[in-house]
Amino acid sequence: MSSRERILGRVRRALADVPADEAPLVRGYLREHGRRSTAETVELLAENLADYRAIVHRSTDGQLPELLMRLLGEHGSGSVVVPPELPAYWLEAVDATRIHDRAANTPQELDRVDSVVTGCAVAVAETGTIVLDGSPDQGRRRITLVPDHHVCVVRVPDQVVSSVPQALERLDPTRPLTWISGPSATSDIELDRVEGVHGPRTLEVVLVEG
Amino acid sequence: MSGTFVGMPAFPEAARTAVRNPTLRGNLRHATHTIRDKRARAVAELDDWAALREAGKRIKDHTLRHLDRYLVQVEEAVTAAGGTVHWAADAQEANAIVARLVKETGESEVVKVKSMATQETGLNEALEAEGIRAYETDLAELIVQLGKDRPSHILVPAIHRNRGEIRDIFRSEMSEWGRPAPEGLTDTPAELAEAARLHLREKFLRARVGVSGANFMVAETGTLVVVESEGNGRMCLTLPETLISVVGIEKIVPKWQDLEVFLQTLPRSSTAERMNPYTSMWTGTTDEDGPRTFHLVLLDNGRTDTLADEVGRQALRCIRCSACLNVCPVYERAGGHAYGSVYPGPIGAILSPQLRGTGSEIDASLPYASSLCGACYEVCPVAIDIPEVLVHLRERVVQGGPAVRRGNRVVLKPARGHAAERAAMRAAQWAFTHPGALRTGQRLASRTRRLHPRTLPGPGRAWSGSRDLPEVPAEPFRDWWQRTRGGKDGAK
Ligand code: SF4
Repeated sequence: MSSRERILGRVRRALADVPADEAPLVRGYLREHGRRSTAETVELLAENLADYRAIVHRSTDGQLPELLMRLLGEHGSGSVVVPPELPAYWLEAVDATRIHDRAANTPQELDRVDSVVTGCAVAVAETGTIVLDGSPDQGRRRITLVPDHHVCVVRVPDQVVSSVPQALERLDPTRPLTWISGPSATSDIELDRVEGVHGPRTLEVVLVEG
Repeated sequence: MSGTFVGMPAFPEAARTAVRNPTLRGNLRHATHTIRDKRARAVAELDDWAALREAGKRIKDHTLRHLDRYLVQVEEAVTAAGGTVHWAADAQEANAIVARLVKETGESEVVKVKSMATQETGLNEALEAEGIRAYETDLAELIVQLGKDRPSHILVPAIHRNRGEIRDIFRSEMSEWGRPAPEGLTDTPAELAEAARLHLREKFLRARVGVSGANFMVAETGTLVVVESEGNGRMCLTLPETLISVVGIEKIVPKWQDLEVFLQTLPRSSTAERMNPYTSMWTGTTDEDGPRTFHLVLLDNGRTDTLADEVGRQALRCIRCSACLNVCPVYERAGGHAYGSVYPGPIGAILSPQLRGTGSEIDASLPYASSLCGACYEVCPVAIDIPEVLVHLRERVVQGGPAVRRGNRVVLKPARGHAAERAAMRAAQWAFTHPGALRTGQRLASRTRRLHPRTLPGPGRAWSGSRDLPEVPAEPFRDWWQRTRGGKDGAK
């Protein structure tokens, strides 16, 4: 007998005299917490991002190129990874060397790049989370992991939801998803949160209107 | 379940040694108290917490009831998405599968994300025996591995170490395993985290094989979920060419939507955060992004035996948040090592004896490693009634009875007066010499007294068989005394 058959057989024997449980699940919890206007939801996102040490900026679409230039400049970035379909005008004022996100890039190469700029799939206000789904404006998962500085652009209010349930509704499970809430951190030393372990130690989130 | 720590003394003896270690007690007290208050605040932010908890319990119960169906569904979905599914009836089989898969890649080292399942199977040692080196990459696991130590907490395996001890371990051991600790390393947590970052980076960048567990797997989509903080998980899940995930069969949730419950309850219960820094979700393989080969190893190792127990099966709802450890007065004093298993604390006291059986002295004594204060049940995000299972297991140890072991129905012999009774007596003695544990125990006994049986479970059964138990007073004497100073101040 294969282990598959053995395990499935054990499960069935273990439950032989337990009545089936086919009643639909009653989801008595909330779809979101509290009532907020759209502007208040964006404000909450900004607060919660900052609470977990992401650096938050507000900008209009027109100001974005200049802001990105300034952020990469202040970080002293000589090179930046660019996802395949990042809107070209975002980086038009940036003179750092562009490294294109390609399958052939090695992790060692990415480790030598200073920054990465991406869009996002959705942002969750209640938890201060941005979610990446590997779309062409976000690129492969590793480009937002190996470089030490991640700038993520969120279109507000379109890409912002209030809650985790609302975020899952918008996401496609067949895509590789990365939920990011603040820069990499650990609670492993005396159960106290310290920022900055293996992922990017600096996370900047730009909330862009219009 | 392998992973019984060899020659482990029964709980009361191990606990007594731990209680005498002031550094250990101080470290544990500090860490558990910090997180306790934070958890309470994080939970209080959600006014539908009770409904989320109930939904989490219901989803898990439903899944367990139809586990055969969902296992087949997850297998189909993962396979359709480009993964390969393996089934492991026990720890040895799981380890053999992983060792074979690693060898097939031609590699002799793997990077690992912290995973309870592979700790439970003793995977690292099994791989070592096959000439494969496994690098732990979670900071606390790294501390344990470098210190040749054992894990003492589900979430923070090195919780028994303070920052000074961690610095010493990094200074003396890192060079053995790779990049040495930076010169002049101090004990500030930020510097220690930085030292780990530097030490592990070269390993991540060259890794060809990653090994992980998973917090959840979704039956309808075949999606696996890993919840973490440091980014070591993301490194192991995305940089290697081959990913092998070893996952307990109880980790399934039926629907994608079900994640909305656990992604709210797990981070708040474990690290007391609204959301943990990183959560990775993947479904099979993705072209040109992440591992090209994905293997899922579904692990039984005593879980189906646990499923056969009407009362005990609720332990399989556990999402390993560790909230029950952090509030447990016995854990706080005894420490994680005393439980003799990778699952310490209240959940360990009910899980290990079910996964491993109660044959050994440590496993027979674990159901007594509690004052039944009920704090664990109150914080548990999937409402596992740990005291109920403890009492049930005590009965099982003392009276014996039908059980399932490795898939076979057996009748356990009562541990007549011997090992179990000794263990129970020593546990009782231990509780009486540790007033904090006793106090909380009495308080719960008062709160739950309507539910108390008229006969004592466990070794007390024979005695109470011919006597009626006295009523548990509505208010324990200690509380009454504290409140009234023996009547001096008058009742407030
Ligand atoms: S038993 Fe409950 S509280 Fe304890 S680790 Fe499991 S889910 Fe968390």
